[in-house]
Amino acid sequence: MTNTVYPARKIITMNPARPHASHVAVRDGRIVGAGTLDELTGWGAYTLDDRFADKVLMPGLVEGHSHTMEGTLWAYVYCGFFDRMDPEGTVWPGLRSIDEIVERLREAADRLEDPAAPLAGWSLDAIYYGNRRVDRHDLDRASTQRAIGVLNASGHILNVNSKALELAGLLKPGIDHPGIPLGEDGLPTGEMKGPDAMAPLGPFTGFDRDLLACDEPGLRRFARLCVRTGVTTAADLANTLPDDAVDMMLRVTAEPDYPARIVALRRFYGVTPEELIDRVLGLRDRSQDSLRLGIIKVVADGSIQGFSARLRWPGYFNGAPEGLWYIPPEHLLEIYQRAMAAGVQVHTHTNGDEATELALDCVEAALRKHPSPDHRFTLQHCQLADAAQFRRMTKLGMCVNLFPNHHFYWGDQHYGITVGPERAERMNACATALAAGVPLAIHSDAPVTPLGPLFTAWCAVNRRTATGRTLGEHERIGVADALRTITLGAAYTFKLDGEIGSIETGKRADFAVLEDDPETVGGEALKDVRVWGTVQGGRIFPAAEI
Amino acid sequence: MTAGGTQSGPLPVTVVGGYLGAGKTTLVNNMLRQAGGRRLAIMVNEFGALPIDSSLVEAADDRIVSLTGGCVCCSYGEDMVSSLAMLATLDPRPDHVLLEASGVALPGAIAGTVGLLSDFALDGTVVLADAETVQRRAGDRYVGSTVRQQIAEADLILLNKCDLAADPDAVEAWLSEAAPGARIVRAEQADVPIDAVLGTRTDGSTLRADGRFRDHTSGYVAAELDPPAGADPEALARLLADPAHRLLRAKGFVRRPDGAMAALQVVGSRWTVSEAPAGALPGLVCIGLKGQADLAAVQQAVGEAKASTPATG
Repeated sequence: MTNTVYPARKIITMNPARPHASHVAVRDGRIVGAGTLDELTGWGAYTLDDRFADKVLMPGLVEGHSHTMEGTLWAYVYCGFFDRMDPEGTVWPGLRSIDEIVERLREAADRLEDPAAPLAGWSLDAIYYGNRRVDRHDLDRASTQRAIGVLNASGHILNVNSKALELAGLLKPGIDHPGIPLGEDGLPTGEMKGPDAMAPLGPFTGFDRDLLACDEPGLRRFARLCVRTGVTTAADLANTLPDDAVDMMLRVTAEPDYPARIVALRRFYGVTPEELIDRVLGLRDRSQDSLRLGIIKVVADGSIQGFSARLRWPGYFNGAPEGLWYIPPEHLLEIYQRAMAAGVQVHTHTNGDEATELALDCVEAALRKHPSPDHRFTLQHCQLADAAQFRRMTKLGMCVNLFPNHHFYWGDQHYGITVGPERAERMNACATALAAGVPLAIHSDAPVTPLGPLFTAWCAVNRRTATGRTLGEHERIGVADALRTITLGAAYTFKLDGEIGSIETGKRADFAVLEDDPETVGGEALKDVRVWGTVQGGRIFPAAEI
Repeated sequence: MTAGGTQSGPLPVTVVGGYLGAGKTTLVNNMLRQAGGRRLAIMVNEFGALPIDSSLVEAADDRIVSLTGGCVCCSYGEDMVSSLAMLATLDPRPDHVLLEASGVALPGAIAGTVGLLSDFALDGTVVLADAETVQRRAGDRYVGSTVRQQIAEADLILLNKCDLAADPDAVEAWLSEAAPGARIVRAEQADVPIDAVLGTRTDGSTLRADGRFRDHTSGYVAAELDPPAGADPEALARLLADPAHRLLRAKGFVRRPDGAMAALQVVGSRWTVSEAPAGALPGLVCIGLKGQADLAAVQQAVGEAKASTPATG
């Protein structure tokens, strides 16, 4: 029974009783203790392993809202405006012009052997190319022989080439659809806006499968991204978890070298609320350390940048209609009531403040019927909540997981187009949430934005848009709060804070191994903190070898 | 005319919308019971237990439930397009698809997608309104705008549960303002003739010799008109869709001035004209509500349309 003791340049514990330590002792995948070497020798025989002697250790980072399909999407061509690292560690340069997008697609098209195979790309962000929209003629320059479809970063627009339109029977005049702009020639421009316009193109461009599903290679690649970003526990927040997927995920995550713990939520879909509870209780029984099951995910509304989030009066800044409900309030209430009665946790996607208000009303009503201690129902995204709503969350015993990455990627659009200056400055109100005492997590929603809790922390600390505007000085939070939020904060929303999220006696030996010290580099540099790799359950995963 | 079921060309799709509890599932079951040889394909999006009367179910496999009379049912969830495509490959092919929207879905968006699919043709959008609750729901702080938009997107509104409403006249008056372009049909337990919802079959079996329906006739009137040869089918369709005539549906075949046969389809104010299937014979069936639609006036207007349209063929 020998402990392994790791000395480190610094160990940030998140344990307020001893916030920093010089050594951590590990045995059987768990933390024996953190302190000085002298203190830890009291635990008995040990082996000193000084491989982290010049590193900074943090509790393994916890991504509270991501989708393992991020790993799957890397099978497609990355077409984003910003540099992005793939699971193998290659950084794909951001594409700064439409010509660069075309060139990358053309190279990928040339590599395909089957001349009829479609080519799929992802993460295009049309807003960054000035007034110029990407149209089918642009994509035709990559190939006229095969169908090409490129999914926008927001997931709400699919850009296609002429061949794709032709195969779908839509390269014709006379189309009258709000999601299909027409060119001067009367034919579709190739921009398919919104799920209704995108759907007919899916089967021809490789996007017909359930976009939130993940496959086995994708699950493996996702975990590599976790190692590269210091993440040891990550949510797969919207899986429908059919039996075969659960079997696969149990098997893959249990492999000795699978480096992450996945918390997979069961999205409400295809069953009644009653069946949902039964199903989730059954899933909970199948949980293992590396795959946590038994939480429900419900989607209440759409997205702000897709103008499908439900906003309260006065609605969207540009006058767009008030968005879409994805669940009738009656069903939301029924799920909450049944879940409260059964002791099952529910995470609810609410982007707009009207959707948040509905969720709060339903939680309150469900609690009156089924008082439920420590339910920790969590609102996900919850981007437009105001102070009064955060105060209600506190009183109702709820948690919130906000989405500060939005400030960087779409903050300027929120300011100018979607919600306007005032609400853009209070979006993802981390400071208000903390002041109100709401347990707080922050997230990337990968693949919507890249996985990387330190980047997300940077977003919450700086609230900087892509053009450099500080979007709501008042809602900035400090580095210490941000670091706590991406560890213990996110763990709390899954009721895992007793097990992970800090470096303390008895907890899982999950560490983010860093080259730089996030406590001293300054808030401006948080996103640049270099990640060496992770320790997960006592197993060591250098990013360079994953 | 061709018999139902042997037609080629786009497969007609009727979108059935309306808020939770308005009676969409009851309507679908009523349509199945009246199918009478039509092969209906039902697509449902509501979760959970199959919303079809168990007495109508014959067999079920993973994706498709076989129902009596050659009808089928499947759920589509988030993959409506591929589910529709799958229905189109069934042998024998269904005659008509009823696509049941979820309780908060906007039927217009679904209809828009159907309109983009080359193998399908939107037949119309039927929205159910619960006479007892629709006005209150339309003012609800959360779902009010959704309910109002659902109604506004209807070609045909089925004002259901009229037996439970204190003042169905007032509800109907309110609805006709909320959806000026839609025709409104009152019902209890979503009991309406299939021909009013899905259009008549084209084999002429709908009407009795006296021009009334064979089934479910009370409250409805129908007439078979001789479409004037050489009339402009688009002009004729526009005429039949004119709200002044208050027709619920009209369907049939008209010979164009150039001799080609056109298929004409009217649902409320929506009309479409397309190429008729081979072997189609001229004829028009119009359906309206008794006391509202004046079929004699329609007949006269159709006749005048002929007179004012010079035959050039």
